[in-house]
Amino acid sequence: MLDLSNITKTFFPGTVNERKALRGVDLHLAPGEFVTVIGSNGAGKSTILNMVSGKLRPDTGSVVIDGTDVTRLADFQRAKYIGRVFQDPMAGTAPTMSIEQNMAMALERGKRRGLALGVTAAKRERFTEELKSLELGLERRLKAKVGLLSGGQRQALSLLMATFSGPKILLLDEHTAALDPQRAALVSRLTAELVERHHLTTLMVTHNMEQALTLGTRLVMMHDGRIILDLDQERKSQMTVADLLHEFEKIKGAQLDDRTMLQ
Amino acid sequence: MITAVELGLIYAIMALGVYLTFRILDFPDLTVDGSFTTGAAVAAVGIINGMPPIAATLLAFFAGMAAGIVTGLLHTKGKINGLLAGILTMIALYSINLRIMGKANLPLLREETLVTPLKEAGLLGTGLSVATFLLVALAIKFLLDWFLHTDTGLAMQATGDNEEMIRSLGVSTDNQKILGLALSNGLVALCGGLIAQYQGFADIGMGIGIIVAGLASVIIGQAIFGHRLILIATLAVVLGSVLYRVVIQLALQAGLQPNDMKLISAVLVVVALVLPQWSGFRKLAARLKPAAPAEKETVA
Ligand SMILES: Nc1ncnc2c1ncn2[C@@H]1O[C@H](COP(=O)(O)OP(=O)(O)OP(=O)(O)O)[C@@H](O)[C@H]1O
Ligand SMILES: [Mg+2]
Repeated sequence: MLDLSNITKTFFPGTVNERKALRGVDLHLAPGEFVTVIGSNGAGKSTILNMVSGKLRPDTGSVVIDGTDVTRLADFQRAKYIGRVFQDPMAGTAPTMSIEQNMAMALERGKRRGLALGVTAAKRERFTEELKSLELGLERRLKAKVGLLSGGQRQALSLLMATFSGPKILLLDEHTAALDPQRAALVSRLTAELVERHHLTTLMVTHNMEQALTLGTRLVMMHDGRIILDLDQERKSQMTVADLLHEFEKIKGAQLDDRTMLQ
Repeated sequence: MITAVELGLIYAIMALGVYLTFRILDFPDLTVDGSFTTGAAVAAVGIINGMPPIAATLLAFFAGMAAGIVTGLLHTKGKINGLLAGILTMIALYSINLRIMGKANLPLLREETLVTPLKEAGLLGTGLSVATFLLVALAIKFLLDWFLHTDTGLAMQATGDNEEMIRSLGVSTDNQKILGLALSNGLVALCGGLIAQYQGFADIGMGIGIIVAGLASVIIGQAIFGHRLILIATLAVVLGSVLYRVVIQLALQAGLQPNDMKLISAVLVVVALVLPQWSGFRKLAARLKPAAPAEKETVA
């Protein structure tokens, strides 16, 4: 469903600020696969998601979604394949517009937009049903401006908007990181439910090891622009947070060894 | 004073155009100083050359759209800062407007225009002409309201609200900005064409400072009448435009010169922008608001 082949990306090449963000990443997701991605700061996790969404273009390599090569397409041109939730709860919705207007825009993801009325009675009914599944009471506030919602409510709404129009790929970048533990748990639970319900092929970045282990069908660990660990469902289910931390330590140790060897 | 109301209602069409870029797209577009005159020039030349006035007025709308598209392309494809893109088009339009008109002033006094029927029936300056212009302004207001609630209109609103989000939903924000600038300048030019017919001439300098009048209408109108819903915001723009012309008229009656008007316009906009930020004013407004219903009760 998603094929990333030999992706490399260097920021500011040839300058003192040169930064190799991705050093040849291969990642292939089968339909319905839900991959959680962990790794230290600057490992290249967000960059990988930006490659898929088209916010950034790779230096080399290709991005193929459901058999279509989208490597050269701009972000808005491949939006029909991709639902996305950002880390910042403010980023995924238009604050001065109402809940129903935001949802109407999401429903039209990647379609040609004409002069039909954006919010109709039929759509409103559908939005009400969808919002009920969030159990946040938002279905009674269809006309409220999204800017008035709390961070958790906005993130839950973003998640719904990213999933209910049936994208081929769902991208989640630390989408629970800005929320308090209770809201984070709620959004985590909603993520599992919505991915399950729509059978979405999902790539989720998180810093929360617990979440990385409980959610998803596969786990990938990145470090310094590479994938250094790739666990299938079976091996993932045997892992504990302590095991994962141990893996991290091993990498750091290996790095230290490299350095001591160089000296 | 009725003349001021009439003018305010015609200029409301221009103010609605300014609202579209300034508030919806969050784009301060200075093209309007040029495109307003373009509309007047195109309509005047069309009418003088025997076009039906309605066709000439429509042509003015399309000429304004073309000007907006140029600014949009400069900004989105040429990556030129929005303010500068507008200024460049505005300056270029000055020469183009002169070309269209052939000279600096085109009288329309003996021509048949859209305003002629009102004039000949002696209705200008009466309630009936005010009603006519009100109908026109409201028709355009409702068209704009409708447009902003279509799928395309929602995408345009979101372009000014959260660009990255609407791109992630598959909308080219470049195209939305170009479309918004085109529609906005189309309305501004349409207004220019109507003003030329109303006052009986087109003049090369008639667009100078029109952006300030537009901004004043939008800002004053929304400060007084609110902007929570699009329907209300656009109504506020129309009312703001009328209010603006009335204030100008009052200033003239108080003995100020027509040449002082640009200064007064600028001061009005500055006041409308600065006053709401001033903490004393905010406290006052906060104190007045909850008190208002109570007052009504005591009166009743
Ligand atoms: N737009 C950009 N311009 C320049 N450098 C960038 C850009 N985006 C990312 N980088 C650099 O690329 C590297 C990888 O960044 P990335 O954001 O992918 O890390 P991450 O794994 O998401 O980290 P975090 O856990 O902190 O979010 C970092 O060194 C970062 O500074
Ligand atoms: Mg990141």
